[in-house]
Amino acid sequence: MSSDIDDYLDGNAAAGELSNIFAMDVTAAVGQCAHCGAIKRFAEAHLYMQAPGFVARCSVCQHVLLRLVNARQRAFLDLRGLTCLILDTSQLSEAGHFSISP
Amino acid sequence: MWRVGMVVALHDETATARTITLEVSDWPGHVAGQHVDVRLTASDGYSAVRSYSIASAPNSERLVELTVERLPDGEVSPYLTQEIAVSDQLELRGPIGGWFVWRTQQTEPIQLVAGGSGIVPVMAMIRSRALARSTAPFRLLYSVREPGAVLYREEFQALSDQDHSLCLTYAYTRVAPKDWPRPAGRIDAALIANTTWPSKLVPTCYVCGPTSFVESASRLLIASGNDPETIRTERFGPTGERQ
Repeated sequence: MSSDIDDYLDGNAAAGELSNIFAMDVTAAVGQCAHCGAIKRFAEAHLYMQAPGFVARCSVCQHVLLRLVNARQRAFLDLRGLTCLILDTSQLSEAGHFSISP
Repeated sequence: MWRVGMVVALHDETATARTITLEVSDWPGHVAGQHVDVRLTASDGYSAVRSYSIASAPNSERLVELTVERLPDGEVSPYLTQEIAVSDQLELRGPIGGWFVWRTQQTEPIQLVAGGSGIVPVMAMIRSRALARSTAPFRLLYSVREPGAVLYREEFQALSDQDHSLCLTYAYTRVAPKDWPRPAGRIDAALIANTTWPSKLVPTCYVCGPTSFVESASRLLIASGNDPETIRTERFGPTGERQ
């Protein structure tokens, strides 16, 4: 994997696609890798987009955290690599959307 | 959710980069460092989505500025930098991202490290700081190919002249101006040691640029004593245009 360091982006780059599915910003959430147990922001994951969808890998052990494929009007979301996702609900405004405070 | 933005102004920053100002009537506001996805749809239904960082500070006018660098083989950037015209409409999704952001409530020292067009979200942070009259101490290390490729040069000059808690260092990678103290070259340990905040001040670091640049800059920041937990990164991929 280290020979292809130019091939990935940060978890940040998945924020647009994930906003179609989740009401809150998942990239700022903290998640635990099911393989090595590392606890990191999703934004710190390594994101590979050279695929029909995208694959997020743990920045510590490189195991798959999340896969998302959009096909035939369906989103296929595989979260098996994340044992827990901790979201900051204080960022939810009354309207239920991610609230932006400048 | 896709919104519609109308182009209200265009400004060429360099020979290859252009700032597009969009008016978005239902814009909910953003935080410095966030990005938007832009979707272009051709008449045959083919569509392409690219992410672009927001360059403007949060404002109440529902204006969003994007600075786009033209890539020779790009699918979207040539259109955005050459063909788009005032009063054209663009589809946008965003604002996006809650991690690579600087909020005006933050008072700790901030170390910004930008490579090439990675300067765009960093500029939003600097503008946001100025607009909020924040006194958070900012340092920027800006790695750029050559003098002609520098974005926002005059604004940086004006901002750092009037505010000495904003300190800016240019690092030229291919061509440096005459009499420049440092020969052209990539950022290295000596430059990090001499121009960034000492790690004992525990700055929050924001590093943005092409993936290889972010890798090496983050490594140098960690080697100089910064805790990896204090470093936030945004990688643009090998070319600088996010897919």
